[in-house]
Amino acid sequence: MAWESIDRRTPVFAEDAEPVLSEGVKQKIRAFFDRYETKRAALLPALHVVQNTYGHVSYQAMSEIAELLEIPPSAVLDTLTFYTHFWDHPKGRKVIVACRSLSCQLMGSEAVLKTLKEELEIDEHGTTEDGQYSLLTEECLAQCDDAPCLLIDEKMHKRIKPESVKKLLSDAKNNEIGDHRSDLFDPPSEPAADTNGEIEKTSDVQEMKES
Amino acid sequence: MAKFEPVLLKNLGVEGSRTLKVYRSRGGYAAAEKVIKEMTPDTVIESVKASGLRGRGGAGFPAGMKWSFLPPERKVTYFCINADESEPGTYCNRVLMENDPHQLLEGILIAGFATKTTVAYIYMRVEFHEQFHIMQTALDEAYKAGLFGKKIFGTDLSMECYIHRGAGAYVCGEETGLIESLEGKRGWPRIKPPFPAIEGVFQKPTVVNNVETLCCLPHIFERGVDWFKSIGTENSTGPKLYTISGPVKRPSCFEAPLGITCRDLIFGDDFGQGMLDGRKVKGCIPGGLSVGVLTEAELDCKLDFDDVRNYGLLGLGTAGAIVIPDDADIRQVLANIARFYSSESCGQCTQCREGTNWMYKIALRIALGAGRISDLDLIENITNNMGMMPGLSICGLPDGAAFPIRTIVQKFRGEFEDHIRRQDPGYTKTVLKRLNPAVYELPVLGRRPESLVGQPE
Ligand SMILES: Cc1cc2nc3c(=O)[nH]c(=O)nc-3n(C[C@H](O)[C@H](O)[C@H](O)COP(=O)(O)O)c2cc1C
Ligand code: SF4
Ligand code: FES
Repeated sequence: MAWESIDRRTPVFAEDAEPVLSEGVKQKIRAFFDRYETKRAALLPALHVVQNTYGHVSYQAMSEIAELLEIPPSAVLDTLTFYTHFWDHPKGRKVIVACRSLSCQLMGSEAVLKTLKEELEIDEHGTTEDGQYSLLTEECLAQCDDAPCLLIDEKMHKRIKPESVKKLLSDAKNNEIGDHRSDLFDPPSEPAADTNGEIEKTSDVQEMKES
Repeated sequence: MAKFEPVLLKNLGVEGSRTLKVYRSRGGYAAAEKVIKEMTPDTVIESVKASGLRGRGGAGFPAGMKWSFLPPERKVTYFCINADESEPGTYCNRVLMENDPHQLLEGILIAGFATKTTVAYIYMRVEFHEQFHIMQTALDEAYKAGLFGKKIFGTDLSMECYIHRGAGAYVCGEETGLIESLEGKRGWPRIKPPFPAIEGVFQKPTVVNNVETLCCLPHIFERGVDWFKSIGTENSTGPKLYTISGPVKRPSCFEAPLGITCRDLIFGDDFGQGMLDGRKVKGCIPGGLSVGVLTEAELDCKLDFDDVRNYGLLGLGTAGAIVIPDDADIRQVLANIARFYSSESCGQCTQCREGTNWMYKIALRIALGAGRISDLDLIENITNNMGMMPGLSICGLPDGAAFPIRTIVQKFRGEFEDHIRRQDPGYTKTVLKRLNPAVYELPVLGRRPESLVGQPE
């Protein structure tokens, strides 16, 4: 339910926790600032960038986003828990989102979901033991002409039949979309271990200029 | 019916229709250039008013009128393009953005010029991944060609355009919910007034329009107001995209003048081409889930903004038809619909939050074979006591929930009663016990819950 909290099992972050956001990610988030009048408006893009980079938005990441956007951490949590697409605990490497709305149901999405659960040996909201897949259901994905359909990460799979589920899951590239990608919300291209002194200094200078 | 020459979908299937080069070679951006160089914002608004263009996002509000509500003295205006298409059964915006991104961008230019927009945001639902990349690529291309940014077409006009991605919430399609979400908050619809035209994004004047509404604009200015008015019916002008899904032979997106009948849409050769595997139609939800259901006998309903009301429906909605075949269990359909609204209600208003949830619980109970005849009255009672029409909620979501649920229960009441009468009482009891005790102990018309019988009052 959209208004229910998604998951509160993750422990609240420790005081001495290591920072999570790399400088590259922070830079990507800052790039959104001049699009909006307030910094808070960059929150949804920021959460997208962080989730795309780290797979989920941890409590530590939330507090760092809050610092960056100059809002209280509770505001980040408040917004994050409203939306079904953000998660605050790790999920599988690929996330399957199956449609459960009317058109898909009339075309047999229930059988597909049952097969999916059997093949992956998990229930809804579960993650497989090897950490490869997580399974979610969502309301209409606006692909009703090709019902029943499901998303694996970014890739839309259309007109799924229970028989074709096995083949679909074994395809290693089942979450890749075509070549026309735009990298706005993707992880920054530089390596993750970029928090050395040099880069930080330049960004400090930049921040001083901004303020 | 004479074959209708597509307008909004004219570039569908043309090779490279997503690129600026091909779009321009087919006459694209000429209308925007003409408008920006030769007209003034006021004359543009007058023309759109004269064309009778009504919003395609669900409410059918005249677009030109909406723009004229903006306060005359203003420094900034924001424009939000509603691409948060999450109404079950609807996918015409997706088709438009996938195949012809520049048509939308041209519409934004014209609308932005008319409303003196400074920044336009395309609010796109996050599940549109491929569509996002397509739109972003097209937008980058348009920026490079000087169509957005500063000095558009060499005039003093400047306008920015960004894509803002949502994060999976149906209420963010509601215009004030969209605005809140854009500001980085929970997508909780705001109390109106103030209307967005006065206080919208960042407390500044704002217009929210649907993707398809904007896609009509280039054609109005390319071919003229009179041509636009000649399509469709008197109060519903222009072409409209109809989508159809469910077990039909050709589930797809079609363009037609406003006012075709639902039967045409399902059985017409140019449209759905009839049912799959010789199934029959039990009912049809003609315009996105929220408008309500038509029975087989009512299929001759005209799909325009007005005639649908004669059949007890909410309105045209988004013209996304879902066909329910005769072999579908009507109880399952009801439960699915009720689940959608109960999980998408944002929870601000008690009537909506509790009403949608209780309807789901009751519908589930009926679907599991443990219903009671009085449940049907109870559901109908709930639908009459929620939503904006009785004045009990902030946004229109509970009205959207009430119409399909009420019409299904009313129009298929005989079928529900048959199912309920055929239930095995022993089985019903076990099901009820397994269900959530709250559902089990739902007081029915003054009777005490069974588990309390024998205990002191
Ligand atoms: C619960 C709810 C959900 C809505 N979802 C959408 C939507 O997904 N897309 C859309 O264009 N309009 C949606 N609307 C309608 C918008 O509030 C608004 O009327 C529309 O964007 C106005 O655009 P138009 O004048 O161009 O039709 C929704 C309304 C409600 C009450
Ligand atoms: S009517 Fe429902 S969806 Fe709309 S604001 Fe109230 S609780 Fe939220
Ligand atoms: S109902 Fe499944 S995509 Fe629309």
